[in-house]
Amino acid sequence: MQFVNFFSSIAMPFVILMIVLYAWIEKIKIFDTFLIGAKEGIEIVISIFPTLVGLFLAIGALRSSGILDCLIHFISPILNQFNFPTEIMPLALIRPISGSGSIAVATDIMKNFGVDSPIGLMCAVIMGSTETTLYTIAVYTSSIGIKKTRFILWASLIADFVGIVVSIITCKMLY
Amino acid sequence: MLNIIWPLFIILSFSFAILFGNLDVLNQSIFSSTEEAVKLCITLLGTMCLWNGIMKIASQTSIIKKLTIFLTPIIHFLFPELKEDTEIKKQISMNMVANILGLGNAATPLGIKAMKSMQEKNTDKKVLTNSMATLIVLNTASIQIIPTTAIAIRSSLGSQNPTSIIFPVWIATISAAIAGITATKLFIKWGK
Repeated sequence: MQFVNFFSSIAMPFVILMIVLYAWIEKIKIFDTFLIGAKEGIEIVISIFPTLVGLFLAIGALRSSGILDCLIHFISPILNQFNFPTEIMPLALIRPISGSGSIAVATDIMKNFGVDSPIGLMCAVIMGSTETTLYTIAVYTSSIGIKKTRFILWASLIADFVGIVVSIITCKMLY
Repeated sequence: MLNIIWPLFIILSFSFAILFGNLDVLNQSIFSSTEEAVKLCITLLGTMCLWNGIMKIASQTSIIKKLTIFLTPIIHFLFPELKEDTEIKKQISMNMVANILGLGNAATPLGIKAMKSMQEKNTDKKVLTNSMATLIVLNTASIQIIPTTAIAIRSSLGSQNPTSIIFPVWIATISAAIAGITATKLFIKWGK
């Protein structure tokens, strides 16, 4: 447990330190470059804001109308047999399809069950360890006009599935 | 995709709320959801600015090129068909390093460059080669040292220790990548 915390807390400071030191040695105009990048960061957030408003509305409505609980009520007996926490289900479904959609769903679940609760932690780990599979496949295949993608959708979905299952198991073991 | 999902969510949940009389809660959630989007974006703004700035510095250095050395044996195992194509291998390893560092903006152009170089040698331009398929699966699995977005969401919701998920994320993301690669290798072996 202690080394887990150690690695988790040292990762970010270590990466930042290494990059700044490296740039210092290579005599790059560090702060100017930082500002250029930070400005791009603003653009990214502003560009996803409208999407988030729309998605938060839809996901908030799903939860508050009671339809989500109703669906979960029907699915949970099946999922419980595999020891799969039903609360995570909406995130597992949307994660491969939409990046901003999964941000909205994950935020919604973390807020509802507590950000530091086991469910909240599982959501964060799933978010951090998986990608928007369908989007990535679309970008890479369309860039060169590929029509037949063979097995890659299945291979990527297997990877996502394993990522989600391992996230759940790891969180159950650690927290 | 969202053009189908979004209206579906709205129609389903709004009619459900009207049918079962959950209108008060729904009304409340309509306004609180926009507020939440604002709150999340404001907190994301800080983390994303900081991280993008740091990553811009990284992309100006030769750090990506230097780190590719560590990947040589892995690339050799993952892309046996590329043999002596050192230029393509270099593009692939730079794409991987950029992904690992979380330099999404730099990773995608590098990956697409590698795809284009492989397409030039592809005999059937409509079908993915084994190496192209492997590269895409690697990109969908995306191993990351710092899961920035997840950390930013956690801090925006007032977590006690937003970075505590980093180590579990490593375990999960590496397992996912191994699973993706194993599946790819098996599919190729079975001639899919």
